[in-house]
Amino acid sequence: MTGDLPLEITPEQLAIRPAGESVIVDMRFQGQLGRGRLRGARWLGPDPVEAIATEIPDTGAAIVLVCAEGIRSLAAARALRDRGYRRAVSLAGGFERWRAEGRDREPPVGREAARLARYSRQLLLPEIGEAGQERLLASKVVVVGAGGLGSPVILYLAAAGVGTLGIVDFDVVDVTNLQRQVVHNLDRVGRPKVESAAETIGHLNPDVTVIPHPERLSAANALGVLAGYDVIVDGGDNFPVRYLLNDASLHLRIPLVHGSVYRFEGQATVFLPYEGPCYRCLFPEPPPPEMAPACAEAGVLGALPGIIGSVEAVEAIKLLVGIGEPLVGRLLTYDSLVQEFHTLQIRRDPGCPACSDEQRVPELVDYDDACRPGDGVPRPPSPGPA
Amino acid sequence: MSVQVRIPTVLRPQVGGQAVLVAEGATVGEVLGFIEASHPGFGAVVLEANGTLKRFLNVFLNDEDVRYRQGLDTPVPEDSTLVILPAVAGGSFPATMQTA
Repeated sequence: MTGDLPLEITPEQLAIRPAGESVIVDMRFQGQLGRGRLRGARWLGPDPVEAIATEIPDTGAAIVLVCAEGIRSLAAARALRDRGYRRAVSLAGGFERWRAEGRDREPPVGREAARLARYSRQLLLPEIGEAGQERLLASKVVVVGAGGLGSPVILYLAAAGVGTLGIVDFDVVDVTNLQRQVVHNLDRVGRPKVESAAETIGHLNPDVTVIPHPERLSAANALGVLAGYDVIVDGGDNFPVRYLLNDASLHLRIPLVHGSVYRFEGQATVFLPYEGPCYRCLFPEPPPPEMAPACAEAGVLGALPGIIGSVEAVEAIKLLVGIGEPLVGRLLTYDSLVQEFHTLQIRRDPGCPACSDEQRVPELVDYDDACRPGDGVPRPPSPGPA
Repeated sequence: MSVQVRIPTVLRPQVGGQAVLVAEGATVGEVLGFIEASHPGFGAVVLEANGTLKRFLNVFLNDEDVRYRQGLDTPVPEDSTLVILPAVAGGSFPATMQTA
């Protein structure tokens, strides 16, 4: 069949092809992307043949390769023909000729250029690159708790360009929070934490849309609040919310990134519904109320939730972009006093009351909150600040 | 068998404030019993009245959860490390809990 179709397509010919017929693969170098791209083009790196073989298995696809001037793309089209892609062609004259002819491009040049500058340090990472950045910008993450753990999660996910950040917190900023809750500041004391966090994000990265959820997470509202997000990040501070998040993540089949801290120690893991263990596999029951009296002032080193929250942010980004080995089935423990990280193997419990049977998702229930905040005021189950 | 036991912060008051103990025992249960012998009261914190492990904490022998081995009967090889790991709720834990 090779040879049936010319190896090159002219801009005129491509422009009259029905929209959606062609798979346009942009193979320009990173630094050449700032002037927009052909509408609908996918960027698979400057040497995309291997990526095409993996991502576009249909050898009958009408692939159009676009480089800057149509030279490298011609060689790539030949390589694809050799691999059986009988309709692979190169855009004659490349992007520069397309642009010189004033043909349709996306998105606006300025915005693309600004994004390339903003995210340049992570675009340089081959594992992320343009495709990974697009995924981040299209992603939705909900962070439960805008406190000690939630602060670094919110800051790093916003900075990385996660396009939509939901923030769940009913609390207001208190001066005692500022020792560790670095998303807030002195000017915001007394204001809702979701508002304060949204303001910080607004100053940090206008690409991010914030969805504030200024409410207590409960069995009644959890599914409604969490539905539609790609990843849930647990920045809570109490057992009721952790069990509630676990059960809701199973209901919604949304990965749950878990982190918790105590004094000088922290833990982090990822619960991937029905694929890895869940929180109940690890801890089938919360501590009994009689063993969980009013909170004493045990304290926490502010940098500790900074570290564990940063681990959570890393895990969320890995899940969103689909890179690396997520902390599924592994519990990372950190002891700051001796500066030791440890990874423990955790398993899915075949008898787990929550996740052993996919057909029987656990009922969402509000647990008694045996642990009360340091001020001694009883607080119902809620995603408070960590 | 000599085994190193890592004690989480919340349980350190039960063992005189130590972070790491050296204990003896051929099984996980024996190791916990060894600690109880020198620190009376420790056993009641980690074990139910019927002798099983409390469900809000896990014991890892050489990074593996003993619940998926032979529980308290899991044999302990020489020079093992036992990690006792409680559920931590961002600060909540029995007896000395605190919001983080």
